[in-house]
Amino acid sequence: MAEPMGFFTDTTVCIGCKACEVACKQWNQLPSTNGGLNTLSGDSYDNTRRLDGIHWRHVKFIEQFSENRTDGRWLLMSDVCKHCVHAACLEVCPTGAIIRTEFDTVVIQSNACNGCRDCIAACPFGVIDINPVSNTAQKCTLCYDRLQGGMEPACSKACPTQSIQFGTIRELHTKAQTRVEQLHQAGENRAYLYGADEKMLGGLNSFYLLVDKPEVYKLPPDPKMPTRNLVPGSLFALLGAVMVGLAGIFNFRNRGGGGPAPNRSGDSQP
Amino acid sequence: MNGAPSSTWFTTGPHWGWFIALYFFFGGLAGGSYFLAALIDLFGRREDRPLAHIGYYVAFPCVALSGLLLTMDLGKPPRFWHMLIESNTYRPMFKYWSPMSIGSWVLLTFGFFTLASFLGALAEDDRIPWTAFRKLRAPAAPGLVVELLGGISGFYVASYTGVLLGVTNRPIWSDTPLLGMLFVISAASTSAALMTLLAQLTRRAAPAFPGMADLHRMETWVIAIELLVFAAVVVSLGRVLSAWLNGWGLLVLIVVIPGMVAPLFFSSRNSRIRGVNIQTSAILVLIAGFILRVVIVFSSERV
Repeated sequence: MAEPMGFFTDTTVCIGCKACEVACKQWNQLPSTNGGLNTLSGDSYDNTRRLDGIHWRHVKFIEQFSENRTDGRWLLMSDVCKHCVHAACLEVCPTGAIIRTEFDTVVIQSNACNGCRDCIAACPFGVIDINPVSNTAQKCTLCYDRLQGGMEPACSKACPTQSIQFGTIRELHTKAQTRVEQLHQAGENRAYLYGADEKMLGGLNSFYLLVDKPEVYKLPPDPKMPTRNLVPGSLFALLGAVMVGLAGIFNFRNRGGGGPAPNRSGDSQP
Repeated sequence: MNGAPSSTWFTTGPHWGWFIALYFFFGGLAGGSYFLAALIDLFGRREDRPLAHIGYYVAFPCVALSGLLLTMDLGKPPRFWHMLIESNTYRPMFKYWSPMSIGSWVLLTFGFFTLASFLGALAEDDRIPWTAFRKLRAPAAPGLVVELLGGISGFYVASYTGVLLGVTNRPIWSDTPLLGMLFVISAASTSAALMTLLAQLTRRAAPAFPGMADLHRMETWVIAIELLVFAAVVVSLGRVLSAWLNGWGLLVLIVVIPGMVAPLFFSSRNSRIRGVNIQTSAILVLIAGFILRVVIVFSSERV
């Protein structure tokens, strides 16, 4: 197996040019929204709106301005599938369409997916959705085809500011840590890494440098695996069945006497 | 997203709509009816067998409809078999930790059990000429096996949908571990209501059902349990309950008051309301059972 590969996205140097979105769309031949008749969202410069089956990269624009707009800042972030080490989508997929590749990335095989959409509900980041052309669930593949050909993913290749960096996870962790220290030394003490360590779903193979709370970037502060509810949910369901079973047994056996019961079907009639 | 009550607020809905809400309802009826019919057969008396037949007559069409609804809901319906066979290797596809994977297998096997018991009931009622099918009913050994395994898989079909919702990261669904319990109890109450209703409606055409009063009493017990479990679900949701502080809350009230509290009241000996009979009560329970599933499916989707 090749060494695990991924993305380190330094949001502090993103300029919101959306070159990553365009490169992703172009390489992966993703269709436009509504046949190209897209409407403006009214949400800053973000007309992509969210990650889905035809948007595998999404540049978020977060405006933090004072009421009179004399003070403020932009937070820009190019979002993508996190290629989680413990991937919720892969865990629940009932068809085996979602696989882990030799690069430790997570890929949906479109020819195997039947569009049950369990993975969409399972993803803690809201990354996956149905591609209306294929009617299957789709998301970033971390350009699996390019990786197999020895190339880097289209988005990081196109990024003009190196906000999106591609490489081995080990190298990226070192670079990211150095960058955080550099920012701290420069006085930006809010800088931290989101998803770099194993505490978050075993580690995200696409992790971020952020300068505000995850919620501000519309990222979950505490993403979890969906199977956390499997054992308690099953046990409670079993308890429910036992209660129903006891109610049934008690009512159909406890009728006093073993002879034929009289016709009591009208007992409860008014 | 600041101040979101749960990390589940950051996820995307799977667009499970009417097909899934209907499947949850009819799948619950299939599992619940079979579960109750098997209970009646295995623990009731011989006179109750016609009542059990109603359960088997309900279960098979409902499970067939369930399979159809699930297939139609897929993005690629012709690939429904990918749930059972891995399309790249043609090996069986089974993940014991994925409720949807186990559910697909159990629904398939449950379909065979419901068909067997359906044929057994038809044969016993002399509606088909093949008397050999009578052995598919207890106390014959094949019938015992079918009803025991069918009853267990019926319980699974009635409950796994709630567990499946829990094994996601969606608001409401994964914010409580109690949906499977709620679904299995609701499946029992709606199934008992439907069996009671059908027994009442067919009373003139068929022999009387001695166990009907017992079934109605059981239905009352189960509704009481359902009310308690629903209260537990509400408590367990905590801050997430804010998702129901709107029109969904009104539907929840419809589920609770006419669908649970009113049937309990009508069944109580102190009820002074005249003209409300078992049939009305059963219809209320069935409507509330459907609305319950609609609220749970769609209210999460709308977050």
